[in-house]
Amino acid sequence: MNALSVRELTKTYRNGVQALKGIDLSVEQGDFFALLGPNGAGKTTLIGIVTSLVKKTGGEASIFGYDIDRDLEAAKSCIGVVPQEINFNLFETPETIVVNQAGFYGIPRPVARERAERYLKQLQLWDKRKHASRGLSGGMKRRLMIARALMHEPRLLILDEPTAGVDIEIRRSMWDFLRQINHSGTTIILTTHYLEEAETLCRNIAIIDGGRIIERDRMSNLLRRLHTETFVISLREPLAQAPSLTPYVARLTDEHTLEVEVSKDANLNDLFARLSAHGIEALSMRNKVNRLEEIFMRLVDKGAAA
Amino acid sequence: MSSLAENAIPPPLALGRVRWVGFQTIVIREFHRIIRIWSQTILPSAVTATLYFVIFGTVIGSRIGPMGGFGYMMYIAPGLIMQAVINNSYTNVVSSFFGAKFGKHVEELLVSPLPSWLIVSGYVTGGVVRGVMVGLAVTAVALFFTHLPVLHPLIVVGAAVLTSVTFSLGGFLNAMFAKNFDQVSIIPTFLLSPLTYLGGVFYSITRLPQWAQHLSLADPILYMVNAFRFGFLGVSDVGVGEAFAIMLIAVAGLFTAAVVLMDRGAGIRE
Repeated sequence: MNALSVRELTKTYRNGVQALKGIDLSVEQGDFFALLGPNGAGKTTLIGIVTSLVKKTGGEASIFGYDIDRDLEAAKSCIGVVPQEINFNLFETPETIVVNQAGFYGIPRPVARERAERYLKQLQLWDKRKHASRGLSGGMKRRLMIARALMHEPRLLILDEPTAGVDIEIRRSMWDFLRQINHSGTTIILTTHYLEEAETLCRNIAIIDGGRIIERDRMSNLLRRLHTETFVISLREPLAQAPSLTPYVARLTDEHTLEVEVSKDANLNDLFARLSAHGIEALSMRNKVNRLEEIFMRLVDKGAAA
Repeated sequence: MSSLAENAIPPPLALGRVRWVGFQTIVIREFHRIIRIWSQTILPSAVTATLYFVIFGTVIGSRIGPMGGFGYMMYIAPGLIMQAVINNSYTNVVSSFFGAKFGKHVEELLVSPLPSWLIVSGYVTGGVVRGVMVGLAVTAVALFFTHLPVLHPLIVVGAAVLTSVTFSLGGFLNAMFAKNFDQVSIIPTFLLSPLTYLGGVFYSITRLPQWAQHLSLADPILYMVNAFRFGFLGVSDVGVGEAFAIMLIAVAGLFTAAVVLMDRGAGIRE
């Protein structure tokens, strides 16, 4: 069964902006799905339609088989959403916010209080449960929105930039938590600007640009399409300019760090031989992680040129 | 969290339970808000009512003499209670719902499975709760100044609740269309206050010239205040049946408008 199914979805705002130009997309139950795209591509509009915050102009959407036109209440009960912007009452406490949210989904207060304890503890907010939420840090506010979205234990969790502005340590702990939620059966759709995040967490991916889906594939398939890899090499001696390592493309990111783009079928011994010929000593070498970023930029650039 | 196998087929939604718990949650949240900021929600009306009773009742009232067959203080007491009910019902819903729009936490409700009519009902009940609480506070103040008989308790309760519902719905509609805080205060200042002051709170319209009496009959608040006063004192400038009919029509019309507009997403959905 598809957790989300969207057909020929269109949205034209009152100011004439056509945000979605006929989107077809399906996300399987249990998936961890990345929805990527540049700013203004239509991601938030798509999420807004699915969660009923935005009215669609045309097309169809269903959540676990519940059509949002015919069975809106049932469809909405399956979704938990973590929006991009902070949208809870800053004068209320985290405990009140999550318990009330559970109530809006018909969860009785005693059950809601138990869940509040569980999720606020898991997201390291329990100590702050009685504090006014306006005093929480940016990362805590984001985690509070995740806790709130989980209170009715949704089958589909939609996260719109959940880790924006969150430091790397907290971000990684959030990744672990989201993996755990996904492993326990919750389908997750994630939009993020941290492509490393999507590459690390997601099994399937769609890229949206200009209101259209321009790519939809398994993450592994998409990454396989990248024919080159970039290696980051730390240098013993500083360099004033990047050496010519033809056929490899080399660039200096700083005087001690050289990035070299290497074809996937190239022999790395040959690269080291060329470095030695220039008298360059390599101290260490690592693969640059953001392979997805490279593909993403190529696809979006291609879309813009078309 | 349940396992994936258990998650395979979503169970049917227990709509009745979801709606009832959801409604309770909105009302509890509104009640907590009223209590949390009691110095802004309950206290001002009690202080204002005290001033009205001291100035209009004691100082000026003694020179006005009886009205409608009752001492002036006793005559204006139901009107002042109703004025507080009207203002507080309206203000509670307009400020709470607009605050939720402004702070974007209205989205908590919009993404939930609760239907529009239930969200409107929850906010309106919150407005009625505040209207009744403040009405009771002003009644307590009034009893320090005057004896207040209750001849028809059901009419008192019916008129207070229907008026409170009417103005809570008015506040809800105002909040839906308001784009900034100025637009939240325009209606209470330029429409509600004049209609209330000219709606027979302080006088019987029989004291007015003929043309002014006819004009006063176009003011809906006149009917609400007089029905309420009839419940206490047994006197009214208008027919009580007519007054209740107007209130019921107002409630039905405003509720329908609020639900239809909310379903359309006016002011809240793009």
